[in-house]
Amino acid sequence: MPAQDQPTRLPKHMRSIDDSRFGYDEARHLLWRAGFGGTPDQINTLASWGPQRAVEHIVEYDSIPYESPDATLFDSQIIRPYTEEEQRIIRQARQSRDEETVARFRLMQQQSQRDDRRQVRRIQHWWVTRLIESPRPLEEKLTLFWHGHFATSYRTIENSFHMFQQNQLFRKHASGNFAELLYQIIRDPAMLAYLDNNDSRVGRPNENLARELMELFSLGVGNYTERDIKEGARALTGYSFNDDSFVFNENNHDKGSKNILGQSGRLDGDDFVTAILEQRACSRFICTKLYRYFVAQVPFNWRDIPSDQRAFIDQMASTLLRSKYDLQPVLTKLFLSEHFYAPSVMNEQVKSPVELVVGAVRSLHTPVRDLNILTEALDLMGQNLMFPPSVKGWDGGRSWVNTSTFFVRQNILAFLLTGKKPVGYDALADQQEYKSEELLSWLRETDPSAARDPARVTDYLLRLTLGSAPPRASATLEDFIHDHGDNLERGMLTALLLIITAMPEYQLC
Amino acid sequence: MNQHNNPGETRAYTRRDFLNSSLAMASAAVTVPHFIQASAYALPKAAHGLTSIAGVNEDRILVVIQLSGGNDGLNTVVPFLDDNYYRARPGIGIQRDQVLPLSGKGVDGVGLHQSLAPVKELYDDGQCAVIQGVGYPNPNRSHFKSMDIWHTGDTSGTGDGWLGRYVDSECCGFGKGESGQAESTAPATAAIPPIAIGRTAPLALMGRSTKPVSFETADLFRWTGQDVHRDLADPYRAINERAPTANDDHSTAAFLMRTAMDAQVSSEQIRRAVGARPLVNYPNSSLANQLSMVAKMIRAGMKTRVYYVTHGGFDTHSGQGGANGRHAQLLGQFAQATRAFYRDLEAQENAERVLTMSFSEFGRRVSQNASQGTDHGTAAPMMLFGPMVKAGVVGNQPSLTDLDQGDLKYQIDFRSVYAGILDNWLQADAETVLEKRYRAVDVIHAT
Repeated sequence: MPAQDQPTRLPKHMRSIDDSRFGYDEARHLLWRAGFGGTPDQINTLASWGPQRAVEHIVEYDSIPYESPDATLFDSQIIRPYTEEEQRIIRQARQSRDEETVARFRLMQQQSQRDDRRQVRRIQHWWVTRLIESPRPLEEKLTLFWHGHFATSYRTIENSFHMFQQNQLFRKHASGNFAELLYQIIRDPAMLAYLDNNDSRVGRPNENLARELMELFSLGVGNYTERDIKEGARALTGYSFNDDSFVFNENNHDKGSKNILGQSGRLDGDDFVTAILEQRACSRFICTKLYRYFVAQVPFNWRDIPSDQRAFIDQMASTLLRSKYDLQPVLTKLFLSEHFYAPSVMNEQVKSPVELVVGAVRSLHTPVRDLNILTEALDLMGQNLMFPPSVKGWDGGRSWVNTSTFFVRQNILAFLLTGKKPVGYDALADQQEYKSEELLSWLRETDPSAARDPARVTDYLLRLTLGSAPPRASATLEDFIHDHGDNLERGMLTALLLIITAMPEYQLC
Repeated sequence: MNQHNNPGETRAYTRRDFLNSSLAMASAAVTVPHFIQASAYALPKAAHGLTSIAGVNEDRILVVIQLSGGNDGLNTVVPFLDDNYYRARPGIGIQRDQVLPLSGKGVDGVGLHQSLAPVKELYDDGQCAVIQGVGYPNPNRSHFKSMDIWHTGDTSGTGDGWLGRYVDSECCGFGKGESGQAESTAPATAAIPPIAIGRTAPLALMGRSTKPVSFETADLFRWTGQDVHRDLADPYRAINERAPTANDDHSTAAFLMRTAMDAQVSSEQIRRAVGARPLVNYPNSSLANQLSMVAKMIRAGMKTRVYYVTHGGFDTHSGQGGANGRHAQLLGQFAQATRAFYRDLEAQENAERVLTMSFSEFGRRVSQNASQGTDHGTAAPMMLFGPMVKAGVVGNQPSLTDLDQGDLKYQIDFRSVYAGILDNWLQADAETVLEKRYRAVDVIHAT
């Protein structure tokens, strides 16, 4: 890679990377950013395909067969509204001060809440499994993107099936059409409950959903007025749900005339969304968020984005508009762009906890060992799936890392590699042994002598795990191999990976 | 990618270099880890009364004891002269002869549950304040939500934690703000993080730039890879003590290297501290263990200003017990652990530096339920401990007959208590931290 003598400049255009510049490092970068990393085989395969075919394979994942989750996978009836009969009994018991009946219902409710908390755990495990197994990593990565974008927390809504339904919605539209997703999100029970729209009615509109719909989901601060919020909230009145389905309560809907973002008339929720989609700020805001997720951390505020990156994001936004909010074209162009493979972009993103854990299993082929421990570790590292910290989602970037999470990050890797339980667990070690020598199979097949050379093996492992081989790290690892008799058996390879994954640079992708 | 173009110039600074050479601290600001940088920056504050030198009384510490699950306030501080109390709680009320009456100016008819005898000792010794009827408007009866409200100091229960914002305001001059700030404009210094004992860090300690250190036992606040084989410790240390070079100091890799070094420093510091033997005997309970760890960290001169411990199990919907039983046992553990903690601090001559605050996410209903327990309620007493508190009872016992849907009406907003602690103990600007003005409850002696 050429030395960077001058302050980094990034290409403003969306021109594609030259075939000749797409090698091992670029294929590795693509696998990490558009997914969760790859094995040496996968990296070398994509590198040999060249950028066009590699990106097409990743983005047009619909052609890769993978079972889509069954809607009946989880129990929809754990949390359900009381039947009319039950409501009558409770009312009567309260009136007649029948404490025993009231207590019985309370216990029933507590039991179903406990059952539901167990189910949300199972949903977390199910999703982590999917993240690890899916042959369409971009689908899961985008599902996770929308989960952070339209952040909704189980902690508030306490209904696991609604969280599952919302997750399905994100997966269905993951790389589909953003406009369609926006029309659907104002009908999503989890979102309606989370932002208190289910009780919003004419005369008493709740502004929460209207505000976040513009501020966090589509336009960003500064691109709408307080009046747009008030009028938008009126347009959303009556958008509610019953049990697990959206209902439009016409009686609760404000049928009066409204004026939102320059549109006027007797607008409803769909008209509100349409008015949003017609704002130039919308495509820019979504592309800024996509850029932050896939490329680099930039400020949300349009004018604060450094000019090279702003010009690039603006082109992304134009692409998105040209495709009428279809996401595939802009993603394809992004992953093909020279910009995406600039040296200052590669290996500069802090891995999210999900990327760290899922990426380790996928790229190193470690055993999965214990889904309970993996999901708890995600929580300890600040990314509890189904429990984003607020409607703003996860801040990402450097905020993932501090002195506490640093050890959790190192120790969850030690757990995956060796079965040694991470912080907070002291039970017996997982017995399953990690076959680390299989990582070398590609090297062994292409160059048998290299697989026996400590310097070459060290370099190979560092380039796989870090994307580069920092000189001091190489020296330390080679010394370590030398001090232990120059052997390169399974135990040594696992030891090397333990040290590498504890390096600060391993936190980057 | 890092460019190590001239290995001669990029000699890595090691942690030992920093610890051994104060000169390095002054000259190599670009490469020192966050911890040391923060303390170097804190020095000028000595001029207006605060110093970061351990053992100096003015280095003030706050310890928070969270009683999780909703502590039954009425069976903690008992209105034993009110017949309504006994009428509402025929099965679980604490009889008069099992209450320890509190004395003091204007204090009448309230006393502590008999399991709180050690707290009564502190009270009589002028080291405990009881604040009656603490709550907030439109009380939320969900554990999660109400806990979030107490942690954020915001009735929406969203945003950063109040103590995280306090630490932010001390180091970086801002409170809650918009997310998504560009990383290049993020503050270069970090404050000394608060410490929570427990597996997860409480929301209260989460700030914009402040993230707490949390661990269940200090032995686990370290890299566990070295347990796989001891030979791994050396290469691990070699690699994690590399420091970034001046010319890539703002890169993410440099940030990670400094954090890695911080983690090593604090891990060693904490493990050394809690490896010591406590100066007094502690009872055998989880809370006592946690407080003894905190006492050891204070004794070791750590510069941490906020510690957080948790005592759980207060969600007594059934079989709560009265003068004896489950709730009595929880109160006993709380009282004994707190008493031992202050004995320890006195032996260290650190008691004057440490204010302790206890709270729960809500109290419980006035009337007992059909299962000899109590359901989620609203207002409840808070307690403050330490020689600096104005001992006594603050506020009146809320009425047991003028209720809001069977629950007590709060008398004092919990944020007024926070404001009193922030203003008068931590000497911070409560209005900045709480983002609103609350009348500070006057519970700390002026110094």
